[in-house]
Amino acid sequence: MNSSETNYQKRKITEKVGVLGLTAVTVLTVVPIFFVVGYIIVQGAPAISWEFISGFPGDGMKSGGIFPAIVGTFYLTIGTAIFSVPLGIGAAIYLSEYATDNTFTRLIRVSIINLAGIPSVVYGLFGLGLFVLFLNFGTSILAGSLTLSIMTLPIIISTAEEALRAVPQSFRVVSQSLGGTKWQTIRKVVLPQALPGIITGIILGLERAAGETAPILFTVAAFFLPRLPSSPFDATMALPYHLFVISTQVPGMPVKIQFGTALVLLVFTLSMNLIAAVIRYRARAKRQW
Amino acid sequence: MKNTRNFREILITFVIKASGYSAIFFVTLIFYFLLSQGLPTFTEVPLNSLFNIRWYPIEEYYGILPLITGSIVVTIGATLIAVPFGIGTAIFLAEIAPRWLREVLKPIIEVLAGLPSVVLGFLGIVLLSSYLRTLFNLPTGLSAFTGSLLLGAISIPTIVSVAEDALDAVPKEYRDGALALGGTRWQTIWTVILPAARSGVLTAVMLGIARSIGETMTVMMVTGNAPVLAKSLRVFLSPVRTMTATIAAEMGEVANGSTHYHVLFFIGIVLFVLSLIVNVIASSYVYRTTQRSEKLLS
Amino acid sequence: MRRLPVLKRNIIRSLGICFLFAAFLFAGCRSTDADSSGGTGPAQETYLENKGSDTIVNLALAWAEKYQELHSEIRISVTGGGSGTGIASLINNTVDIANASRQIKPEEIENAQANGVEPIEIVIARDAIAVIIHPDNPINELTIEQISAIYTGEITNWRQLGGEDRPIVRLSRETNSGTHVYFLENVLRMGEKDSDLLFSMDTLLLPSSEGIIQEVAHNPNAIGYDGLGYVTDEVKVVGVATEFGGEYVLPSVATVNSGTYPIARELYMYTNGQPEGVLAEYMDWIYSDEAQTIVAELGFVPVSQP
Repeated sequence: MNSSETNYQKRKITEKVGVLGLTAVTVLTVVPIFFVVGYIIVQGAPAISWEFISGFPGDGMKSGGIFPAIVGTFYLTIGTAIFSVPLGIGAAIYLSEYATDNTFTRLIRVSIINLAGIPSVVYGLFGLGLFVLFLNFGTSILAGSLTLSIMTLPIIISTAEEALRAVPQSFRVVSQSLGGTKWQTIRKVVLPQALPGIITGIILGLERAAGETAPILFTVAAFFLPRLPSSPFDATMALPYHLFVISTQVPGMPVKIQFGTALVLLVFTLSMNLIAAVIRYRARAKRQW
Repeated sequence: MKNTRNFREILITFVIKASGYSAIFFVTLIFYFLLSQGLPTFTEVPLNSLFNIRWYPIEEYYGILPLITGSIVVTIGATLIAVPFGIGTAIFLAEIAPRWLREVLKPIIEVLAGLPSVVLGFLGIVLLSSYLRTLFNLPTGLSAFTGSLLLGAISIPTIVSVAEDALDAVPKEYRDGALALGGTRWQTIWTVILPAARSGVLTAVMLGIARSIGETMTVMMVTGNAPVLAKSLRVFLSPVRTMTATIAAEMGEVANGSTHYHVLFFIGIVLFVLSLIVNVIASSYVYRTTQRSEKLLS
Repeated sequence: MRRLPVLKRNIIRSLGICFLFAAFLFAGCRSTDADSSGGTGPAQETYLENKGSDTIVNLALAWAEKYQELHSEIRISVTGGGSGTGIASLINNTVDIANASRQIKPEEIENAQANGVEPIEIVIARDAIAVIIHPDNPINELTIEQISAIYTGEITNWRQLGGEDRPIVRLSRETNSGTHVYFLENVLRMGEKDSDLLFSMDTLLLPSSEGIIQEVAHNPNAIGYDGLGYVTDEVKVVGVATEFGGEYVLPSVATVNSGTYPIARELYMYTNGQPEGVLAEYMDWIYSDEAQTIVAELGFVPVSQP
């Protein structure tokens, strides 16, 4: 038994303790997630019923359903997609296929990083100032969608660009050697290959847009609307805002409706996560390189 | 036919180029708008009043210092919580967990990222605040600490995913070399792998910080919103008011073009600049490996 | 088959651009005047927009629901955000009715007139502001002066009022709330116009009345104030006297109407100009028996047509 033996023993013990510590940290991070989701499910499930999902709120929000909020979130998501998807994919194609490494390109990248970093409430401020007041769209789905789409743009651009870059260069070379123009190559070869990654990015971006409250607080959200929105200039109820309102504004709100709304919002975001994950998985299996 | 094809090609190239430049356009637009609506503050509010310690806009007290310290306090608290847990979990996932466990845990952590902030704020009010109040014998559970806890939780998935990427990208040879020299796994992690992944890990932390600075709804619901200036360490346990919550709470009530309106946009500028700084620092650490794109999509 | 996704993308992009273009075109045409006969809508349906005070929001909601039952061609939307929000919207001319639990300020009237809006004030109900504490708190009565001293930060511990040795946690509504402003002017400053007393800096500003109830119900250190309509059995209401030696009165419909409860106020709806047409009908209905019964049911104090 000499010093190198004891040294070894010491290191072994440090190792065991260290690994145990890391395991503990991970457990402490992961377990509360189960607890939180489980708690919401348990408390919210009693409220879920067909009437809840398809009915209008009544009795001062204390009973009835959340249908208009669900519809509102749905409209906002679509509105966001209409504006951000074409623009985002276009920008990603530019960055991946056309851009050279000059100052302009660097400027674009810096801009994307900026856009990604702007706090959601500043987007709300911007949306209020520009779309609602200056351009006179009023509190409307249009204003809300435009605000949300600028917010979603960086997410779509980065993930789409990564997806496009992942397609091996050989694909492009072969296509062009067969006589295809640049755009033809992109459209018929590169884009389809990158599509799963792009779609994943779009889904994750839209998921974030659907769950945000701050940008829609003053651009589109309303507390109670007697009918569903019928034009893009209408205001609308929306799930995240609805949850915020019923958990802070209404006295005597039945707890199970609060949790029920939280549960619906949770299911909505989680299912989008799930769809994105499934697409990712299947794309990896089917990948041609 | 070749001419139309050429024309189409030119047109489409133009549209794509325009899309590419759109990012610059939007950032400039947002920045310009914030500036144009926020800079009038300097003509309407004297500087010593703006950097004063009392925020009470309806009586013309526009001191933004307590708001700035409020945001900083909550962000520091959130980072102190998120970094150990986030990096620890990332190390566990990258170095210790078997492959199957890693594939199971990663989506679970992504769930945390997907939880809307309103839901967490809601749980904070309903569950966390009174529990913390009794646990620590505080005057109230609506405090910077509660906010930091929730914000830390929100930032953890960001830190975990980026840090785990970074750790994973460290070449296998480093590990093998260290182990061959007789090091234990723990030693290898701390003396070889972490330093090698240093830039990626730092990026992860910076992104986590950026997330915390910008969070609005959660802090608005659980920090009490009292514009208390940070004077001592005790502020971590007291209610605070963040810049984000201030904008969210007060934006609806300002008349277009009033002084209050301009000051709120000014706070927006401060937030914009702060997150700009953090994000630029984060991206300057950015490392790229050939595997990176695959990682992001897996 | 592989052409489709790409083609769809182009279609969506073109649609998006057309949409944006059309939207810009419409922006100019959109009527922003919340005219008194209701907003845009199909011929037989008119749309009223109602925004503002969170104190009034549940009442406005109940009224809207009831009125729509009786007149199905009228649609009324209700949003909260605080009295300040409602009045700001009226100034910006984006709503038909602004709900306010405080009177419009002179600066706001100026801003409105500068924008071509003429605010007309209509009293719709009365409200008592209850001062609430935790049910286990042994205190039962306070004077206005004591409440003022508590909220300005002069008194910091319940012990100083004869209660337990606990720090006082002050709860308040946000500054955009009419309730907040009313409380500032009439309780903190005790009605004196020249007073510049302010809430103590560590007063918690909660974004909603419900938040205040929640915290007071669970925190023995807390004191808060809220419209009587929001008070539930989970909190204790304090009797208030105007001065020492005076009678301590609990808020209720009776004491508000008799004027004996010192912290009572009127609730308002503001419109742009005198109401006409559909809007006028709605405002008249508000004074009807069935509308004012709803007022009483929600814990506010009914009024009659002036």
